[in-house]
Amino acid sequence: MHSHTPAPDLSANEERAARALKYLQDVRPLPPQELQNLPDDHGHFGSFGGQYVPETLMAALYELDAARRTIMSTPAYQDALRALLTDYVGRPTPVTYAARLSEAYGGEIYLKREDLNHTGAHKINNALGQALLAQKMGKRKLIAETGAGQHGVASATAAALLGLSCTVFMGEEDMKRQELNVFRMRLLGAEVVPVRSGTRTLKEAVNEAIRTWVQNVEDTFYLLGSAVGPHPYPLIVRDLQRVIGDEARAQMLSSLGRLPQVVLAAVGGGSNAIGMFYPFLSDPVGLIGVEAAGEGIESGKHASAVNGGSAGVLHGAYSFILQDAEGHILPAHSISAGLDYPGVGPEHAYLAHTGRVFYTAVTDQEAMEAVYDLTRLEGILPAIESAHALAFAKIIASSTSGPILINISGRGDKDIDTLMAHDAKRGV
Amino acid sequence: MNELETTGHRGHEAIIQSFRTRPAVRFIPFIMGGDPTLEATEKHIHALARLGATVIEIGVPYSDPLADGPVIQEAALRALQAGTTVRGLFDLVRRVRAAGVTVPIVFLVYVNTVLRYGIQAFFNEARAAGVEGLMIPDLSWEESAPFREAEEATGIALIPLVTLTSRHRLPYLLKDRTGFVYVVSSLGVTGTREELDKRLVSYLTEVRKNTDLPVAVGFGISQKEHIETLSPHADAVIIGSHLVSHLAAGGSIDDWYKTLFA
Ligand SMILES: Cc1ncc(COP(=O)(O)O)c(C=O)c1O
Repeated sequence: MHSHTPAPDLSANEERAARALKYLQDVRPLPPQELQNLPDDHGHFGSFGGQYVPETLMAALYELDAARRTIMSTPAYQDALRALLTDYVGRPTPVTYAARLSEAYGGEIYLKREDLNHTGAHKINNALGQALLAQKMGKRKLIAETGAGQHGVASATAAALLGLSCTVFMGEEDMKRQELNVFRMRLLGAEVVPVRSGTRTLKEAVNEAIRTWVQNVEDTFYLLGSAVGPHPYPLIVRDLQRVIGDEARAQMLSSLGRLPQVVLAAVGGGSNAIGMFYPFLSDPVGLIGVEAAGEGIESGKHASAVNGGSAGVLHGAYSFILQDAEGHILPAHSISAGLDYPGVGPEHAYLAHTGRVFYTAVTDQEAMEAVYDLTRLEGILPAIESAHALAFAKIIASSTSGPILINISGRGDKDIDTLMAHDAKRGV
Repeated sequence: MNELETTGHRGHEAIIQSFRTRPAVRFIPFIMGGDPTLEATEKHIHALARLGATVIEIGVPYSDPLADGPVIQEAALRALQAGTTVRGLFDLVRRVRAAGVTVPIVFLVYVNTVLRYGIQAFFNEARAAGVEGLMIPDLSWEESAPFREAEEATGIALIPLVTLTSRHRLPYLLKDRTGFVYVVSSLGVTGTREELDKRLVSYLTEVRKNTDLPVAVGFGISQKEHIETLSPHADAVIIGSHLVSHLAAGGSIDDWYKTLFA
């Protein structure tokens, strides 16, 4: 499939598009009974996932899993969460037909509008669900990690609403890049703790949150922000984010009378993507996860754990990660802080491994162009994270025949500084 | 100490033998391999062996040491900056063995280092180099099956770690294990602590009920009185951060030994 032309961008585009189209011609839905084993009792999705953590945490993970089973399935919890999602977050979020974007990209494009959620992204679905669980478990102290600050803001918001304390660990480097969100978290009453080890970004913020949890495991709830980490986190996060896909699936069926041909979502740790994909796994629907290729996978400066990584353990789970020959974790790079993570959730690793979901990657530059496209054509400023999904839709739209559904996981207000810096360079 | 049945595990037997023959206050020092150089680590191993360490624990530096506090994180960083590799550490063990050091050596190694190397290959290489045991702080019992197969095949002891939160898990965590039991004496990461957890002494009794292996206790031990409190209840004390920071400040092994044991 490689074309050996001297224009590398074009050939990369064609190759990615060709692989995606080949995938779309042969989508194999997962049998519903296979879904029941995803994951097994110890959080294994095939060989991925599991619980690679210090013994000190095992009791806490069992406690959390027991709470998941006994609390999250009760009508009391479900009703309370549904009420919060409806009356506080503003769910259901709409699906918007993007007429002008469809024309420009040459396909029939629908947008799932997670950007319209309170606090501006899908992260609140998970933060509220876990905070509510913490409250019902009698744990009044929340700790959370954050990269871009979106999960930190969502956690601080949930803590304020439910009257819990909240400590957010954030890499010192990210605190500089995301000053506004740091202030927002503090405004919400959260304590933001700078993390000064290693790369001083999200990876170390998670390390520090886990270390702190180990130390205070008896009264503290760790509110993890993506579909990563040891079991039962990937499962809890998926169960709380699947509202995205459940709603979107019903919305497509009721407005179009059919399912989309293909669904796209950006993949950082993978929470918005698994939330969107999960309800479609047994449908004949193409699912495409779009990672951050940063400056290009060949450059080594990227955040594509599936496309540019290998299998290993990071933050308690066996999955695809960025690592060197000795197993040291490599720093990730993406212009979008929310995708700037050297791993991916274990369920995605499984879905990639089995071929049920197709994973690809787009560069910083491609994502930034897609931000402009959506803003100028539809009046919707997407998060740079979400723009990764848009950018790949642009590459394949004209070759598809059915509806394309894209998860707009968040709004781009948080990215104004990055956009301004980019704009200055671009000379618009 | 309890009399032990030897299981035919080479690493296990060497460790048990060492616990049998060492003096009453047994100590297990932890140093970071390659901090600040492999030559320094080699010198430290000789010094610790001379002082009668029961087992020497060598840290394999890792980029993301989840179970470690700042002192050992920084030591790992220094070692990595000096270019320390797994192979370099295996070679170091070969050198000290060739020089006649017989004290059991245990690697403290994060799970991804072993996975990347290959589980069986890592255990094989440990055996070939003269390492007696491996301690993998982020390997839960739940994920340990392939590692225990390699333990069985090579006789390299996979040292079980138990913590204050493991109480009801002890019966299966400690079933059919080899080497010694590492009792993590405080919640949290490695690092020195002012006070010992009050539950510790009764917990050590509980651990004993579930194993015939020697029981060593560590994590946060930094004072002579900690050692005095624990010695009657444990077969050895493990001292990590206190030694690592002493060395990082330019101190010698002999001086460190005097402050805690003289
Ligand atoms: C708007 C938005 N989308 C996507 C992501 C990536 O996370 P995930 O892959 O867990 O959805 C983030 C993370 O901060 C985000 O803020």
